[in-house]
Amino acid sequence: MNLHAVGVVYRKELTEWLRDRRTLISTVLVPLLAFPLLISGVISLSAVLIGSAKKEVPKVMIIGGEDSPDVIAALRADKELEVIPYADDWKNQISEKQIRAAVEIPPSFQTSLEHGTPKTVQIDYYEGEIKSGFGAEHVEKSLKAYRDDLVKKRLEAKSLPASLIAPFDIKQENVAPPEKVGGASIGSFIGYMVIILSMTGAMYPAIDLTAGEKERGTMETILSSPISRLDLVLGKFLLIFSASLTTAILSVTSMGLSFAYLGHSLSKANASGAGIQMNLGLMSVVAVFLMALPLAVLFAAVLMTIALFAKTYKEAQSYLTPMTFVVVIPAIASIMPGVELNPKLALVPILNTSLVCKEIITGTYHWNSIIMIFASTCVYAAAAIFLAVKTFQRESVLFRS
Amino acid sequence: MIEARGLSKRFHDKKRGEIRAVENVSFSCKPGQIYGLLGANGAGKTTTLRMLATILEPTEGTAVICGYDVVDDPEKVRANVGFLSTATALYPRLTAQELVEYFGRLNGLDEATLKSRVDDIFNRLDMNGFRDRRCDKLSTGMKQKTSIARTLVHDPPVMVFDEPTTGLDVMTARTIIGFIADCRDRGKTVIFSTHIMSEVERLCDHVGIIHDGKLLEEGTVPELRTKYSEHNLEEIIVKVVGPLVNSEAIAS
Repeated sequence: MNLHAVGVVYRKELTEWLRDRRTLISTVLVPLLAFPLLISGVISLSAVLIGSAKKEVPKVMIIGGEDSPDVIAALRADKELEVIPYADDWKNQISEKQIRAAVEIPPSFQTSLEHGTPKTVQIDYYEGEIKSGFGAEHVEKSLKAYRDDLVKKRLEAKSLPASLIAPFDIKQENVAPPEKVGGASIGSFIGYMVIILSMTGAMYPAIDLTAGEKERGTMETILSSPISRLDLVLGKFLLIFSASLTTAILSVTSMGLSFAYLGHSLSKANASGAGIQMNLGLMSVVAVFLMALPLAVLFAAVLMTIALFAKTYKEAQSYLTPMTFVVVIPAIASIMPGVELNPKLALVPILNTSLVCKEIITGTYHWNSIIMIFASTCVYAAAAIFLAVKTFQRESVLFRS
Repeated sequence: MIEARGLSKRFHDKKRGEIRAVENVSFSCKPGQIYGLLGANGAGKTTTLRMLATILEPTEGTAVICGYDVVDDPEKVRANVGFLSTATALYPRLTAQELVEYFGRLNGLDEATLKSRVDDIFNRLDMNGFRDRRCDKLSTGMKQKTSIARTLVHDPPVMVFDEPTTGLDVMTARTIIGFIADCRDRGKTVIFSTHIMSEVERLCDHVGIIHDGKLLEEGTVPELRTKYSEHNLEEIIVKVVGPLVNSEAIAS
């Protein structure tokens, strides 16, 4: 192997690669913009929708209750509800989203209350419709407040303490460190994205540098130069690997920034301080990269080998598209709840890296599995490079007709 | 110096089985001479030349170029050969100068030698006007000149041309023919394949007639004319190849 020659090939491929507009789009623009757009787009859209649903004063209708003025007065007094006059088609109005909910007060409700015989108040709403759901919640809250008030008055009348009906309080508190909370919510997603993007980043240059070269007729030109095929294939491989890394690094940076921004704006919005934790430790991100490194080598070598069999760009694309599924399926499997790392899965390429990334992001370092996964992926990657070099030396592949 | 010794190449095709593209071809060509390889499409010209340029490996036999064996020392052979064919395209996103420099570096030239070599070739081929233009923006003639510059940058003693003028307009073809003659005048060993008889008459010292992978006839143009009592080269080829073509037609 002649390192100088490998460097010459790499420099030339890099020059050509940087001059290709398609490259800029697939390797730089897409990963940089996809996340901010996707994450902030989807989340802020849902935040806007939920926010506006929450802000809305829901229109509700009261059915019955003519003989129960107290409860009706309490509902009408609630400023977060707009009680509108009764209409016969109230069910239809809920379905048509003209009103959000309806409260059915049973006959002689007030009298039963006074006699201590409980009756049921029914709230009617449109299941799955977010604004109707909030409307029903509001009505329930208002009714609960009325009920609590009634209980308080009754206890006072009998000179009993309020603690009689609430002898103790219950609350929930998170004790996991913020990094783990953030990791658990987005950790598996980050590992998944790094894996998918290091493959998509390698895909385009892998085609361009092999089948693309055959199609443009430059393969014979380069093969007539004195460079050895080993050096040539290594120079090409390094460029594909760089593209894969660039895409992964850019996307994770952009994803990290998007999440940080999102976490910041969410905790700001949530005054109670219980905002969703979105910070990832720099250490864990670096660790994810280190784990993804041999996988990127594997992708670059495998994609290059497959694309080399094709005669044209299009043919290569049709060979490599199924590869996307081969990568996506194990990567998605790792996100599934309950799929945990074990010695057998630690040997399954892609899935193992995806699973270990999930653990690393949550701050869990099982060194035995980390070493095993890194080593096994390195072995697969080395085998893939060997295969790529061998394929490049086969005339039947280079001059397939 | 080129010396082909029993070069043979067999391919395997799923439908047609084994294909004998070249069979036991031997010839030699000395410095300052042009050897013309003549034959129809599919006769084995391209395969023979690709074996000389070490792009393909012979199934049997070998060739020695400038003292290096194409099988044992393919990289050294390539360092001594300039190879040009209609299939040797240029990298579209490199400029003419970058392309020539790239091949200079692949040939191991140091930066100082490379710079003077590139300047010299660009002046000689009158290429300074499009030095910094990307190859995908060049006209056919400019592309051809850039290809020539690419084959010359390492100043190889042996030049291999595979149908270098196919598909080119008259003016561009003339440039190529002039360049081939110039190579001979500079003492290089030149081998080229073509269909165009006027090019053969103008350039070749020796010719070899190849058909169905076999070298059927060899000699200087005057020798062949005497042997076949025919002045027209095309007629000579028909006389050499014709009986075989006719018997193949009857057999099939």
